[in-house]
Amino acid sequence: MAKSKAVPYLRVYVWEFPVRLYHWVNAACIVLLIITGYIIGSPTTIRYADEAYQQYWFGTVRFIHFVTAFIFFFNFLVRIYWGFAGNRYARWKNFIPLSRKQWREILEVLRVDILQIRSGEHISLGHNALAGFIYFLTFLVFLFQAATGFALYSSMSSSWLPGLFTWVIPLMGGDFAVRQWHHLAMWFFVVFSIIHVYLVFYHDYVEGRGTTSSMVGGWKFEKEDILKKK
Amino acid sequence: MAADNPTIYASMLAKGYTRRDFLRFCSYAATLAGVEASGLATVVKAFETKPRPPVIWLHFQECTCCSESFIRSSHPIVADILFDYLSLDYTETLQAAAGHQAEKCRLDTMKNYSGKYILLVEGSVPMKDDGVYCMIGGESAESILRESAEGAAAVIAWGSCASNGCVQSAKPNPTNATPIHKIIHKPVINVPGCPPIGDVMTAVVTHILVYGNMPELDSQGRPREFYGRRVHDTCYRRPYYDAGLFVESWDDENARKGYCLYKMGCRGPVTYNACSVTRWNEATSYPIQSGHGCIGCSENGFWDNGPFYQHLANFPGFGIETTADTIGTVVGIGAAAGVAAHAIATNIRKKKLIEEHKEESVTEKGGES
Repeated sequence: MAKSKAVPYLRVYVWEFPVRLYHWVNAACIVLLIITGYIIGSPTTIRYADEAYQQYWFGTVRFIHFVTAFIFFFNFLVRIYWGFAGNRYARWKNFIPLSRKQWREILEVLRVDILQIRSGEHISLGHNALAGFIYFLTFLVFLFQAATGFALYSSMSSSWLPGLFTWVIPLMGGDFAVRQWHHLAMWFFVVFSIIHVYLVFYHDYVEGRGTTSSMVGGWKFEKEDILKKK
Repeated sequence: MAADNPTIYASMLAKGYTRRDFLRFCSYAATLAGVEASGLATVVKAFETKPRPPVIWLHFQECTCCSESFIRSSHPIVADILFDYLSLDYTETLQAAAGHQAEKCRLDTMKNYSGKYILLVEGSVPMKDDGVYCMIGGESAESILRESAEGAAAVIAWGSCASNGCVQSAKPNPTNATPIHKIIHKPVINVPGCPPIGDVMTAVVTHILVYGNMPELDSQGRPREFYGRRVHDTCYRRPYYDAGLFVESWDDENARKGYCLYKMGCRGPVTYNACSVTRWNEATSYPIQSGHGCIGCSENGFWDNGPFYQHLANFPGFGIETTADTIGTVVGIGAAAGVAAHAIATNIRKKKLIEEHKEESVTEKGGES
């Protein structure tokens, strides 16, 4: 193997357990919420042979949606906490591009992703600056979806958490508008999921740093010389 | 200054009613205002001691359906509450006076009972072009409203027009029809609905008569008692909803069986009103009971949330028949197609890179060197 330019790679523990747990709980919640939410918005005919007292499937679908929504919300709160308690890759600073360096990397990643130009620069090992920023926008949609969802839920609940969001309804002009926006925001999650999963595969493909499996084991791989340079 | 009106009790006695009639009326009123049996004494006391409040009922941009609904209240019989127990001093629709005399009635009441009269407003107020779209007696609706609200003890907005603008404020709202709570700087009791339920209207008036204060209002200024729950939650077809039994088209077997109208665009789940509790026309029926979905007539902007027979509204700016789902599907398919195209491009253009990656790798047997 004379021609080999083999470089030693080191294993870096990037995603700590709380981050991975958050990711997969979040993913499962979103899938469940999209499916149940879509059914609630547009119920299909399952069976009409039985009488109302013999079945409760639509109620069950709604129940799953509500329970999942609570899990989704608290899971998100845990992630926010971890943004202040976790390691450098999990820190909140990764999500908000405040430094010039982050903005440069955003442009660089856009060049790599869209123009498919070969990157001369090294892209961050954790979230790249663009991904981090997109996740930040996603977090805002999480909050929007939680606020509108809980606002809609508040009229059938006497618990305090949904009650915190009743102000959303007059602000948006009534339940109908809130439902409409809540429904539209669902499509954001659908589109996000498609692009997110693809870009994970893509970056793994072109960077070869174990992006895909990192969310399982937590490790990413980086060339020794790059790590030493830092 | 005119003397205070006599009390309701005194005026009833003067008309030849007995004490028993009076107590019966008090029970009706107490029931309507949602008072417990133990609170009946409060009602009796109020009607024995409080003077009949004079009422000014203004009509602006409206269709008079609120008045029509009000005079169909089941209890207390409308003639009683309106003509005997209240002192209705001014209302374009029902008063005998006309022209300058009518306007004089209003001005007299405002002057003589300043701070004591109840102001009921039906209809929205056009704010565009100095309000020329609704002029009464040479005055714009806005100035009549501001003037009359000045000395009012309580202001009630009857119906969706006065509470949220209703049809005349639907896009593009050519006259800039405005609900009254956005014009006057006083607490307003919103009693939305197109029209509101007559019994709810009398109940709100009764509350003010008995307690002399505003009923508990929600964040949109509506009395909680009647607008605290969704039509959906009190609907007798609700079990069909939970069971997932829906009407699929207006003439199917499910419609005949009285299944839930959710898929036919029923607005019950997003509408706050008392229809399914008090029902209409002496509790005879209400839209859903008659087989038609709720159109959400008491909700803000319900005309712009159409079509009525569709669960999701058309999405503004994208032409008709475009819902959030249409847009979502198109964007979703677009994303998937974009991703597929990107993947192909990657494999074409990144060949060199992949080769390099291969060069950087080692084979298991050979090792690095």
